Amino acid sequence: MEQTQVKFYQTGTFTVGNRLLSAEQRSVQANVQRSNSLNSGHRACQGCGEALGARYAIDAAMAATKGQLIAANATGCLEVFSTPYPETSWQMPWIHSLFGNAAAVATGIAAAMKAKGRSDVRVVAQGGDGGTTDIGFGCLSGMFERNDDVLYICYDNEAYMNTGVQRSSATPPAARTATTMAIGEHPGNDFGQGKNVPQIAMAHEIPYVATATVADLRDLEYKVTKAMSIHGARYIHIFVPCPLGWGAASHDTIKLARLAVESGVFPVFEAEAGEVTGVAKIRRQVPVEDYLRPQKRFAHLFGKQPDVATLARLQARADRNIRRFGLLETNEVR
Amino acid sequence: MQKPFAITLDVGSSLANHTGSWRTSRPVYLNRIPPCNHECPAGENIQAWLFHAESGNYEAAWRTLVEDNPFPAIMGRVCYHTCEGACNRGQLDAAVGINSVEHFLGDQAIAQGWKFAAPAAASGKKVLVVGAGPSGLSAAYHLARLGHAVTVYEAGPLPGGMMRFGIPQYRLPRQVLDDEVQRVVDLGVTIQYNTKVTDVLQTKQGGGFDAVFLAVGAHIAKRAYIPAGDSAHVLDAVSVLRSMEGEDKPLLGRKVVVYGGGNTAIDVARTAKRLGATESIIVYRRNREKMPAHDFEVEEALQEGVLIKWLSTIKQAGDASITVEKMALDDKGFPQPTGEFETLEADSVVLALGQDVDLSLIEKVPGLVVQDGVVQVNAQMMTGHAGIFAGGDMVPAERNVTVAIGHGKKAARNIDAWLQGKSYETPAKHSVATYDKLNTWYYSDAPKTVRPVLDIIRRQSTFEEVQGGLDETNALFEARRCLSCGNCFECDNCYGVCPDNAVIKLGPGKGFEFNYDYCKGCGICVSECPCGAIKMVPEEV
Repeated sequence: MEQTQVKFYQTGTFTVGNRLLSAEQRSVQANVQRSNSLNSGHRACQGCGEALGARYAIDAAMAATKGQLIAANATGCLEVFSTPYPETSWQMPWIHSLFGNAAAVATGIAAAMKAKGRSDVRVVAQGGDGGTTDIGFGCLSGMFERNDDVLYICYDNEAYMNTGVQRSSATPPAARTATTMAIGEHPGNDFGQGKNVPQIAMAHEIPYVATATVADLRDLEYKVTKAMSIHGARYIHIFVPCPLGWGAASHDTIKLARLAVESGVFPVFEAEAGEVTGVAKIRRQVPVEDYLRPQKRFAHLFGKQPDVATLARLQARADRNIRRFGLLETNEVR
Repeated sequence: MQKPFAITLDVGSSLANHTGSWRTSRPVYLNRIPPCNHECPAGENIQAWLFHAESGNYEAAWRTLVEDNPFPAIMGRVCYHTCEGACNRGQLDAAVGINSVEHFLGDQAIAQGWKFAAPAAASGKKVLVVGAGPSGLSAAYHLARLGHAVTVYEAGPLPGGMMRFGIPQYRLPRQVLDDEVQRVVDLGVTIQYNTKVTDVLQTKQGGGFDAVFLAVGAHIAKRAYIPAGDSAHVLDAVSVLRSMEGEDKPLLGRKVVVYGGGNTAIDVARTAKRLGATESIIVYRRNREKMPAHDFEVEEALQEGVLIKWLSTIKQAGDASITVEKMALDDKGFPQPTGEFETLEADSVVLALGQDVDLSLIEKVPGLVVQDGVVQVNAQMMTGHAGIFAGGDMVPAERNVTVAIGHGKKAARNIDAWLQGKSYETPAKHSVATYDKLNTWYYSDAPKTVRPVLDIIRRQSTFEEVQGGLDETNALFEARRCLSCGNCFECDNCYGVCPDNAVIKLGPGKGFEFNYDYCKGCGICVSECPCGAIKMVPEEV
């Protein structure tokens, strides 16, 4: 990654701030002047990864655009918990239309701004994995293909959480959801299904594609800031654990995101014009089991008779990510 | 009702929605006691002075340090730093070099001429301290800071006690000792040299002292019966090390045998080597595992060419040789004679078998209890005679400089309370910040900086200091390796990771507080706090 790494100041750049760093070296979130775009009082569950991811991303985008930002939001948790009309947590211009049209609405806003000559005002579209990878996919692909000047941010919690944890095309194999029950011969979601939208976005050869997680704030802010410095279609896919849908403890949200990265389950990278230009290396590699075990949606893989075969397949998927993106310093899979 | 169809509420902010009501347990900030502080015999607040050193404010660091211990430069050289053994960073990569940073701060204070803050308003009370060793001087320092008039009576001609007459110069240069003692004198402490107290009650009464702190140490060498010829040259470690401070250096000869296995035995053997002995052999009756001397000192001695004869006792000493008997450890680890003998050439034999306390000054004190050759004290460091306190090597405890300095501080606080007719209450201790309380993910990987060590040739022939100091850059680096266990160091993690914006940042040095109106009690801040300075407590139902 290209962002500045500060070393040996006790915590370097791993923490949100650091009293020993100068103000410029700290994150946007460390600053009391942060825009706090998603304010307190929202109705997200305890420990919501999506609320955290949205706070990180939108505050960084607000800082990068000096507050000249408009957001279009797809239907989903983020929309429902932040804005039960007539009350809202957003402290910025924000619009919600339909589940599947956030990319198109954002495109329209960008076009309107262009017509008005307001080149200073920038546009983001945001949605969950359902509104992005399934329902809004057509609009999203169109936005990419036309290279509209919009940053689309997908908060991926790997299922339709708002409506009661139904499977989406971002749900990982073997995960239990309301529609992929942990019953039968192959409990949980099937292997060999779903889609990888960051790679599909790359295939559109748009100027910028990146993945990030709530476990690495500095990386996330760097990517949002970089995206806002570019014009054209941009896509950032943020991994946001969901305590409710995943059956995890509310205090483990960041830990799970960290384990997903450290195990190779979720590769963190950035790509320009379809080519990978940077990857976040694994710092302390862990087996996939460490990531799966704290989540009840994978509980059927453990217990008295662990499902060794499925665990091996999930490990193999992670190992493939490690190989494909070169996630280890030595580029060797344990 | 000028509201659109199906709308009953005014358009507004979600701030009206107090999500704090969802909470079943709440996060609270706390300070846990770091393992280093918990371990320190002198009760230093190590994490707190490292905190200042981390930002490069060495004077603030030094001032925090001397709240508890007036001798950082001495400590940085002779303390056995048990703090580093307890350091949580030891489980991550290597313990923080606390001792080396202390060494740096002490030297920095001497170089910059930092002085102690002036004492509090005079209390009008007079306190007598007997003995100008580490314990006596520490007590004198703390009592003076509390505003009492302190006089130290020292039997010898110079201050320092065992720091001067027991610890060799290659471990503690005398200039460092003199500089740090002078700073205590500058605070207003009077030291009277060559003044041996023979009857403490009489001296107390005669001088009009309100309280007494006894810290005469343990300077009488223990003897063992060894049949020796008329011309055999048998000495004791205490007098050998003491005479190193005088004009006439001890005459030990070319082949020196030291009998014993403690740190003093090592000190004598290394001193003999430096005085020109071709052979300096330690004879010890047990093996290395059982040896009370510290491992690093044994290692340094071996590097300098000191030989150690394990599992051996001296049976007889002649004029140019000694007879040793080989020992074997029994099931319980005690050495038993084997009947195998061996002759070693030896120009002199030095006995380093421990020391006893000179108790003559307290013989006539009613109520004062002596047991196993040491003075018994209660939890307030007071002897059985009201107003007479004691500490250091003369009371039952581990005998080293750091423990003695700790006794001096503790006694001073209790003497101060006693003089006011109160009793000193130790503040309630926090729980220890153990490794499992930390989230070590957030700490940078940083290996320990090692202090330079004097090369072997110079160590064998001179009394130059063996261990050097860190310079400013690596001292700063080392200080910044501190994990700040259990105490907030303002990394902003809690402030950043809250999905509900329920943490309020109060500004530099002021830390944070929770906004319980919106905190849902998810506990992410607790999990992601690197140093374990937040905990969850159940809400009262």
